[in-house]
Amino acid sequence: MASSDANLPAAAAELGSSYARQRLLDRSFQTATLAFASFVLLLLVGIIVSLFIGGWQALSTFGPGFLVSSAWNPVTDQFGALVPIYGTLVTSLIALLIAVPISFGIALFLTEVAPPWLRRPIGTAVELLAAIPSIIYGMWGLFVFAPIMANYVEPWLQSRFGDIAIIGALFQGAPLGIGMLPAGIILGIMIIPFVAAIMRDVFLATPRFLKESAYAVGATTWEVVWRVVVPYTRVAAVGGIFLGLGRALGETMAVTFVIGNAQRLDVSLFAPGNSIASALANEFTEAVTDMHTSALMALGLVLFMITMIVLAGAKLLLMSLEQGHGGRT
Amino acid sequence: MLCSTKTLTRLLIAGTAAILGAASAFAGVQIINGAGATFPYPIYSKWAEAYKAKTGIGMNYQSIGSGGGIKQIKARTVDFGASDKPLKVEELNEAGLMQFPMVMGGVVPVLNVKGISSGALKLSGPVLADIFLGKIKMWDDPAIAKLNAGMQLPKEPINVVHRSDGSGTTYIFTHYLSQVSAEFKQKVGNSTSVAWPAGVGGKGNEGVANYVQRLKGTIGYVEYAYALQNKMIYARLQNKAGNFVKPDSESFQAAAAGADWAGTPGFRVMLTNQPGSNSWPITGATFILVYKKQERPEIAQEVLKFFDWAYHHGGDMASKLDYVPMPESVVKLVEQTWKKEITDVSGNPIWTVSTARK
Repeated sequence: MASSDANLPAAAAELGSSYARQRLLDRSFQTATLAFASFVLLLLVGIIVSLFIGGWQALSTFGPGFLVSSAWNPVTDQFGALVPIYGTLVTSLIALLIAVPISFGIALFLTEVAPPWLRRPIGTAVELLAAIPSIIYGMWGLFVFAPIMANYVEPWLQSRFGDIAIIGALFQGAPLGIGMLPAGIILGIMIIPFVAAIMRDVFLATPRFLKESAYAVGATTWEVVWRVVVPYTRVAAVGGIFLGLGRALGETMAVTFVIGNAQRLDVSLFAPGNSIASALANEFTEAVTDMHTSALMALGLVLFMITMIVLAGAKLLLMSLEQGHGGRT
Repeated sequence: MLCSTKTLTRLLIAGTAAILGAASAFAGVQIINGAGATFPYPIYSKWAEAYKAKTGIGMNYQSIGSGGGIKQIKARTVDFGASDKPLKVEELNEAGLMQFPMVMGGVVPVLNVKGISSGALKLSGPVLADIFLGKIKMWDDPAIAKLNAGMQLPKEPINVVHRSDGSGTTYIFTHYLSQVSAEFKQKVGNSTSVAWPAGVGGKGNEGVANYVQRLKGTIGYVEYAYALQNKMIYARLQNKAGNFVKPDSESFQAAAAGADWAGTPGFRVMLTNQPGSNSWPITGATFILVYKKQERPEIAQEVLKFFDWAYHHGGDMASKLDYVPMPESVVKLVEQTWKKEITDVSGNPIWTVSTARK
């Protein structure tokens, strides 16, 4: 007995030290994961800061006018970002207009309409589409798609809509098959697999009993989708759309093949234009003057900001949607 | 635990091997590094291959563009830089660099117009400038018709194709247009990338070639070698002497013959719009940049040996790839300048005649 009593403090001490060791381990684990997490943040801030420093010469010289000037002249060192900003936004908008309805249709077909044996092959095909490198889309765009646009689609659009008052301005000029419209369409095709795959996954996440209850009270497939599936999943679906938009904004190679790379502002969708990513890819290697390099860095910063604004907008939209839905999720 | 010890051992072995490898490479110069212009990349890599087979010394050339080449040599990350755009003498002196021409080529207007075959269309400098300014918009414009009496020109719009990326090709082309058209000089100017008032931009020679071949009624400009290899339809140009010439190695050499290399400081010679009855008006040389004061003379010596070998033994390879080798007189002049200007830190010349590889 006495000996065991004597051992008690020793055992307690051992227990204490093992606690201490565990606490230490816990803390170091926490610190390590915190370090990893803050590394991402640090990287993000580092990129913004270095873009800002790199672009400072251009930003300080041209001021806010940098954003609204359409000049881009490496000879006289006059730079403005309006043309590439316009091109980036317009091509991404065209891409969304095409990709969202088609992706919705694909997701709808795969989850509600298609017979089970067809779901897997089509689903896999959509996923494979996402795995195609963007340069392939660019080459396909230039070699196959551009001639089709130039010979058939654009002349047809021009004859149909060219004479209408305001919309007609969008379809003026020589139908080259190279310009904003082809670039936007290719972007649309590129983001379809992303948006469609996400929409399919979230549609599948709708609880079975909700859908079956609706069917049980006599709802059609369309009513089930529009009244049950879409309201239930719209937050996640909007998230998928914004993911696609993020990709469209930053896409480089596919766009640079078909957008025409001209630093001119033109309302017509047939006219060649430029996007931010494409301008960066084209001009960085041979930017000789410091101001030219700096203007390109500033352009990179602008693209970064646009992407951030889009993502922030998406988050806000999602938050308001979630609030509107109360306890549904 | 055992596993990680093994991995560690493996890493240690690999690391030691790497260090030993680096040390053995340091003992004698095994490889020289260069970066810059894309236009001479095919011939530089051909030379590098042949030189490696002969001497065992490799040459690693990264075709990142002239602007990149200038930046890399200024940052001293490479042993030599390469540029299609010759630097100004002040810029060379400021950086302590010297430049010399390595090989020549030409820029050719290529087109794709219904009913016009290769070499059939004749253009003058001012008309070419007006086309690229967007002032001449139709193929049957009187200005073009006047130069091509009796030719059936289609009533179609002209689609201009230019380079979208910065390029030495654009530098040479706009240098020519600025010389023959005051309006082009004032409105657009001369640089590796310019603000084109008309047309679409293709990335690289291949991008321009693709647009020209795929779109209708197009005119663009590419390197001669590129036009030849892709069998593109080219136009003849009126040179300073008033003759309409076609682009080939003879007309490039004719343009180079009259150039005053000896009297131009820093070899900053542009071969556009040269006199001579057979001179092709849009000819240009591509340049190499090296430091005058060399901290590592053993590497500099290998660089010069390589280019000396290319001057004397690389001419046939250059001609086969449709480049034009530098004339013997210019090579002599360049090597004299090496002797005079390139030294180690204490001022001893690095290049002597006995250094040359036979």
